[in-house]
Amino acid sequence: MVSEPTSILIVGVGGQGILLASRLLASAAIRAGRDVKLSEVHGMAQRGGSVVTHVRLGARVYSPIIEMGAADFIVAFEKLEALRWLPYARPGATVIVNDLAIPPLPVILGAEKYPDGIARSLAAGGRRVAVVDAETMARAAGNARCANTALIGVLARRLGPDIAREHWQDAVKEVVPRGTAEVNWRAFSAGYAGAG
Amino acid sequence: MQQEARCGGYAAEAQVAAVRAAQGAEDGKAAGKAAEKAGGKDIRALMSGNQAIARGAYEAGAGIACAYPGTPSTEILEHMRAFEGIYVEWSPNEKVALEVALGAAIAGVRALAAMKHVGLNVAADPLFTVAYTGVNAGLVVVSADDPGMHSSQNEQDNRHYARFAKIPVLEPADSQEAKDLVGVAFDISERFDTPVMLRTTTRISHSSGIVLLGAPQGPRRLPYKKNPAKYVMVPGNARLRHIEVEARAKALAEFSEGFAGNVVEWNSTRVGIIASGVSYQYAREVLGDNASYLKLAMTNPVPERFIRQFAGETGRLYVIEELDPYLEEQIRAIGIGVIGKKLLPLTGELTPEIIRRVMVEEGVLPAAGAFTPGGWDGSGSGQPGQPGRPGRPDGPGGPGEDGHVGLVPNEDAEAEGPSVMVPARPPVMCAGCPHRGAFYVLRKLKTVATGDIGCYTLGVGSPLSALDTTICMGASIGNAIGFAAAGAAAGAPRDADGRKPVAVIGDSTFVHSGITGLIDAVYNQASIVVLILDNGTTAMTGHQNHPATGVTLRGQPTRRLSLEELARACGVEHVAIVDPYDLAATERALRQAMDVPGPAVVIARRACVLLPGARPADRYAILQDRCTACRLCLGLGCPAIEVRDRRPVIVAGSCAGCGVCAEVCRFDAIEKAGEDGE
Repeated sequence: MVSEPTSILIVGVGGQGILLASRLLASAAIRAGRDVKLSEVHGMAQRGGSVVTHVRLGARVYSPIIEMGAADFIVAFEKLEALRWLPYARPGATVIVNDLAIPPLPVILGAEKYPDGIARSLAAGGRRVAVVDAETMARAAGNARCANTALIGVLARRLGPDIAREHWQDAVKEVVPRGTAEVNWRAFSAGYAGAG
Repeated sequence: MQQEARCGGYAAEAQVAAVRAAQGAEDGKAAGKAAEKAGGKDIRALMSGNQAIARGAYEAGAGIACAYPGTPSTEILEHMRAFEGIYVEWSPNEKVALEVALGAAIAGVRALAAMKHVGLNVAADPLFTVAYTGVNAGLVVVSADDPGMHSSQNEQDNRHYARFAKIPVLEPADSQEAKDLVGVAFDISERFDTPVMLRTTTRISHSSGIVLLGAPQGPRRLPYKKNPAKYVMVPGNARLRHIEVEARAKALAEFSEGFAGNVVEWNSTRVGIIASGVSYQYAREVLGDNASYLKLAMTNPVPERFIRQFAGETGRLYVIEELDPYLEEQIRAIGIGVIGKKLLPLTGELTPEIIRRVMVEEGVLPAAGAFTPGGWDGSGSGQPGQPGRPGRPDGPGGPGEDGHVGLVPNEDAEAEGPSVMVPARPPVMCAGCPHRGAFYVLRKLKTVATGDIGCYTLGVGSPLSALDTTICMGASIGNAIGFAAAGAAAGAPRDADGRKPVAVIGDSTFVHSGITGLIDAVYNQASIVVLILDNGTTAMTGHQNHPATGVTLRGQPTRRLSLEELARACGVEHVAIVDPYDLAATERALRQAMDVPGPAVVIARRACVLLPGARPADRYAILQDRCTACRLCLGLGCPAIEVRDRRPVIVAGSCAGCGVCAEVCRFDAIEKAGEDGE
């Protein structure tokens, strides 16, 4: 079983659709009868900075943020961000990481180096790592911009059957922009199916 | 009514009702009070703290809400907009917002003013005197504090303002309480004839939780009676009102003793915890039933007898609070020994892991390893509850073909941590940001540039590194005048390099509190340039309108404030308008402004690239056969230009088409490469 409550850290770069992804997850969990808290950061961090959303699901959730070392899942929309937020993962946590590198400005300017072998670092300490090419999945589903939904699909499979298919389906309809429910559901399903 | 529709989306979920019902008597009580029956069903919705505050104001019959945008408070007014029949406005600044709300409250309509913590500094002037006059209909002042400074220039603890101004403060600990306490605040405001502060923090404002909605009371209107003795604060009247303020403080202290929002949760009495707001949630999460809790929703005045009683029935007593020892000092002052800031930090956000570390050190919790954070059994073999079979081991960084997912099991558990260096990812100005060109020119001119609050504060970062100061809203202009005056005192009317200091300020910030600075520059003939970066919006907080956009909070067109006419009306003789995408013109305009005597204004006008329709259609590319890899274009700090194999390239899909890099390039190696297909 996952922890009670279950803690999911969703991380990436400003503009990648992380807020929508976290609301999709929260909406589905509420539909499944869970208490939910999620914590976002707005403002300056959204200007291409590192963005993190904490999502917690359970019978009763107190803290809206995850204790360092206690996240059951890290869903990273970008590889470097997975590494940055890794201290939040508990031993044995699952890291779902989009196979995408967005170099930050210090790397672009040559002041710092984008690290190699991130997946290996992520897997240290008994963590499970799922590397996902979410853009390709989403493009196959009809729109590369649904990569965020595809990644939540990957997570959904691992969260198990407590949140049922129709909960996810209704959540997708509720949170995605009007007219994109179908392509988002296809992307979600691709993520779910690809979760191995 | 978008909000109503969203709520409706959850209404059909009957299971949801079971969640909070199973959460103990305390929650049940609060829920019952707010219950709204719609066809026999409770309506619940996932709401951020800010959204819940808006809903709470609506349910409490607020008729007016005012604010200037500021993280983390901004969304309160954006959500208020969803309710028909409530007058909402973006005010030019927080002082005006509070004054408008106060006027409405005196006139007999419940009113709310919302602001970030530093906004209350601007609004402090009316706050301290409305504390004397009192209100007629309820007045709630929301102060959204930002511990950790996610998006702020300081992390002041605004609970002090409540004590300072002698007004009550309520601190919600989640979205449900945020909604409910707004109504309570209005009731207290009217009952005790006082403004009431509702103080949130970023983790309340921007965290979401399930909220059980209540029934809207409908608009309230109290009669207004002219009463100069109460509302005209000449000294003779104010002296009498101050006596009322002190009497009211005593009555409020008594009220706080029996206030239903101040609650005790009994568990082990070996340890007692006093906390409020999100700090309570962290403490409750980490300590569970290893401690008893006194959770305070009203933190001014504090319930002294209630605290004394709790202290008497618990062993070691801790105050767990973020930032200042606000509760701790008051509890000590009544002679109760508590442990607080001796162990907990005065700076930054409080977190569950900080509380755990302290409580382990104190012996309240067993040492790490034996404990079970997040339910993990601590053995190192804990497995997340997911289909446990490993998929294809794709190896480091290797995705499966066709977008398949590879699960990479790691055998050498605990063998290596993330010892690699993780490069920072600072926020940056967007690709196509019109501020970039202005900063590039400023840097080239090597003058002192005093900064202000907004996206353009990002001009401080490498490689543009264009700013000398950033203090508070509007400070750029006064700072520049000071730099010029300091130079004048030394016998040179300009800064050390012989150039006029340039005050860099955004359009929204200029309207907020730059105008008086500009008047000072004219009045005292300061030799400065005011560079207004006019991107036609309040960008950093999420694109809110303001007087110079000519559109109201409700999206209605209105009379637009003309920045150039305003500057001329202030007496500025040299006013130039320039497109910051045109580097040569921008440089010319700034040089001219520096050459004229006295104050000059340059308006760099170009819409924020994130606004609809603002993105130019052109896309640029680097012609690799002409590029000498001189890296000059990298000096722009544009996130669309990356270095691959030591050569700059423009990332397709990231370029916003401003063309500034093409202007910078000395080898004509950057050219238009067609138009955006989107």
